[in-house]
Amino acid sequence: MITATTHAAEHPAEHYPGGLMRWLTTTNHKDIGTMYLTFSLIMFFVGGLMILAVRAELFQPGLQLMKPEFFNQLIGVHALVMIFAALMPAATGFANWMLPLMIGAPDMALPRLNNWGFWLLPPAAILLTLPFTLALFGIGDGALATGWTFYAPLSVQGGMGVDFAILAVHILGISSIMGSINIIVTIFNMRAPGMTMMKLPLFAWGWLITAFLLIATLPVLAGAVTMLLTDRHFGTHFFDAAGGGDPILFQHLFWFFGHPEVYILLLPVWGLMPHVLSTFSRKPAYGYKAQVYSFIAIGLLSVVVWAHHFFTAGMPVPALIYFMFSTMAISLPLAVLFFCWIATMWKGAMTFETPMLFAVGFIVLFGIAGLTGLILADVAADAQYHHSYFVVAHFHYALFAGGIMGVMTGVYYWLPKWTGHMYSEKLGKLHFWLTVFSFNLTFIPQFFLGLAGMPRRIPDYALQFAEFNAISTLGAFVLGISQLLFAWNIWCCVRGGPKVESRVWEGAEGLEWELSSPPPHHSWEIQPVIK
Amino acid sequence: MASCTLETQAAKDAKANSVSRLLPRLSPLPALLLPAVASAEYKFNFPEPVTPIARETLHIHNEFMLIITILFVVVFAIMIYSMIRHRKSSGHAPAKFTGPTGALQWFWALIPFAILLFIDFVLMGIPAVQAIINMEDTQTKADMVLKVTGMQWKWQYEYPESGIKFISTLATPRDQISNAEAKGEHYLLEVDKPVVLPVGKKVRVLLTSTDVIHTWWVPQFGVKRDAIPGFLRETWVLIEKPGIYRGQCAELCGKDHGFMPVVVHAVPEPEYLAWVEAQKAEAKAAAGGADRTWSKDELVTEGKAVYEKVCAACHQPDGKGLPPAFPALAGSKIVNGPLLDMNGKVIKDSHVDRVLHGKAGTAMQAFSASLSDVELAAVITYERNSFGNQMGDMIQPAQIKSLR
Repeated sequence: MITATTHAAEHPAEHYPGGLMRWLTTTNHKDIGTMYLTFSLIMFFVGGLMILAVRAELFQPGLQLMKPEFFNQLIGVHALVMIFAALMPAATGFANWMLPLMIGAPDMALPRLNNWGFWLLPPAAILLTLPFTLALFGIGDGALATGWTFYAPLSVQGGMGVDFAILAVHILGISSIMGSINIIVTIFNMRAPGMTMMKLPLFAWGWLITAFLLIATLPVLAGAVTMLLTDRHFGTHFFDAAGGGDPILFQHLFWFFGHPEVYILLLPVWGLMPHVLSTFSRKPAYGYKAQVYSFIAIGLLSVVVWAHHFFTAGMPVPALIYFMFSTMAISLPLAVLFFCWIATMWKGAMTFETPMLFAVGFIVLFGIAGLTGLILADVAADAQYHHSYFVVAHFHYALFAGGIMGVMTGVYYWLPKWTGHMYSEKLGKLHFWLTVFSFNLTFIPQFFLGLAGMPRRIPDYALQFAEFNAISTLGAFVLGISQLLFAWNIWCCVRGGPKVESRVWEGAEGLEWELSSPPPHHSWEIQPVIK
Repeated sequence: MASCTLETQAAKDAKANSVSRLLPRLSPLPALLLPAVASAEYKFNFPEPVTPIARETLHIHNEFMLIITILFVVVFAIMIYSMIRHRKSSGHAPAKFTGPTGALQWFWALIPFAILLFIDFVLMGIPAVQAIINMEDTQTKADMVLKVTGMQWKWQYEYPESGIKFISTLATPRDQISNAEAKGEHYLLEVDKPVVLPVGKKVRVLLTSTDVIHTWWVPQFGVKRDAIPGFLRETWVLIEKPGIYRGQCAELCGKDHGFMPVVVHAVPEPEYLAWVEAQKAEAKAAAGGADRTWSKDELVTEGKAVYEKVCAACHQPDGKGLPPAFPALAGSKIVNGPLLDMNGKVIKDSHVDRVLHGKAGTAMQAFSASLSDVELAAVITYERNSFGNQMGDMIQPAQIKSLR
């Protein structure tokens, strides 16, 4: 394991403005990380409120609360908010906070770019949600109503909410690309002396692959939505068959970005898992190299499987077979990761603090996402699952149980390091059990709804779907309310609580645990040397 | 009984019994909250398959579910065993290993991947390839063609061999949707005019759309295929059992995406042939209608029916529309503009032009493709003389015929 010469000297002379200006002008990786994480938490609740409104409408058959137009806006903006404004910023916040600490760097390599990267997010979030407010004043007809996928020609037909969402996606994309450049440059150039690439913490490896995926795929999304914008306003016909275009071209471009996006959301979490599991098993991570190679393999595979998102659009038989088998191939490196996670726990000396609970919950529930993903790859069976609630349940196991519970693992794991205080274990554990229970209560019924034939994105449904929808809605509300515990626990921990040591957890290994909790304003002024 | 399957009564009862035992344990709360629908049965799997493809799909699904359940149980049993045995509190000292050492350990580490490879590419992979080839083989021994056209928010069905063509729209009354009256048994899954198909015949289904992407899906047929504007897609069904099969549009296609069901009546061939003859006779009568002169009252009465079926979803029953996406017809400059120019030709961007040719980039489609001469003449006349519009003029089906 890595050992380091520590240097955690106090630095009394910290020059930065106070109040709001500190946050507007900061170039400090920890301040920026904090801002990313705070923004992410706020948007997590914004996106959550939207979907609770949707679930409330779906509680019973019939239209009770809203018109279908508004329903369509909520589902699409919920997805965009959760993906671009909650999950991605959370992962970037982790990277900002932890990468310099973990690799022995004083800060991120490009601090001003870092600041700008963050401050692009709030305007983008405003752009995304503003049409809701404008519609209240009679301007326009509300937000994007096409689902988060922007499928043409529906998006060509849509109101100005689509334009707002396109511009928001552009800005979010620029922010993510800048964040990615910063992370790649930091990892390549700012590692402590002696830290070779194969001694890099796995979290950094996970993020490195993520950053490359972002740079490879976000420009494609930007191109696709720009073509959409010109189709809408400047008379081009990229996606209009009447002008020689092709609506399916949009789906190819969108999912060329959209599928890697799934791994963009998950790779940072996969990188985090071995740290948490090894800490609470008091045993080094199993299969370091195997995990690194799996990250790389998944990254490469993720850009060649996109068309499995629209098997029902119709494509030639060889294409169907290719995309089916390439998708199934992802199960192999993913299985390597599961194997390594469980092998890390095997024969350890485990304790189950909140981060470990979330990590184990993550593994089990993400396992369901992986296994259902395997059947979804089967073209024949996919004809039944596709566009149904089965898919909705599947990707929420991937992105809530995989993505968001992974982020919660990281928050509980690192919160004491960030704040210098211990959070409430009791509340944390309560939060975990409520989350796992209500998450399954919400989404297990959705698997059955999908099998029974309920299409996704419908505001009203036939009577045979009523009970499962009612259960799902109850689950969703418990899930939503339990997240208040999470926010409350974080709030209390930031405000105070029992002081923690540098090495917060008994079994924690790595440079980040050599620095004080909270770490000094400038992390590693003298770089540690890895032997 | 809110199921859309046609099971035998005995099978139904057996299922209902097993379900009623399960039901109270599963969800006492929602069942209490929803007494009206608490009698509906739970479904944990695909509805009963009625085509060869659906049977094959159900088989693949069941097999795959079994495999992943086994994988899930085995993998997490190992993990849970470890979580119980290897705890600090039970005094377990942590091991130090970081990877497989020795041939035996490598062997055990690689076994799971060999199994997974076998499952992916042999056990499931080979049947999957066969299923794909079968599913995509739309042409071999096809007995007939059904052309399906998706439109916001209805389906048009066309039988090219017999020249039958009609539109099928949601039949559930708006009052049921807004909870003003009790919901019927087939709430949201009922149409005014279902597709009729013969049992035991391979039907090649061609799909396209006039506006946005829709997806035609009947779960019991095991097929789901997108209807894409400007392109033809195809699939096939061979229904093995007479019955009424219900499905829905599966691709988000705008505000009434949830309200465009698919209903298929599968009937024995003689019954199907009789239906075809009846349809032809009806079409002939309607075509005859285009050649005679209609009175204004006749047109307005017919036009009201067409309007409510085809136009009201966007422009609303009261003609006030849902601006800005769906403009009002009441008081509209276009509707209250001139009918035709002095030579009896269509004026660009006039009322007749809009109805016949649509407006590009909006939900307003070219209805000349989907409505008959009578329907077009009737609906235009109706719109010009309703919702407070008092143009007083009318257009004859014969005029529409000459304008096409």
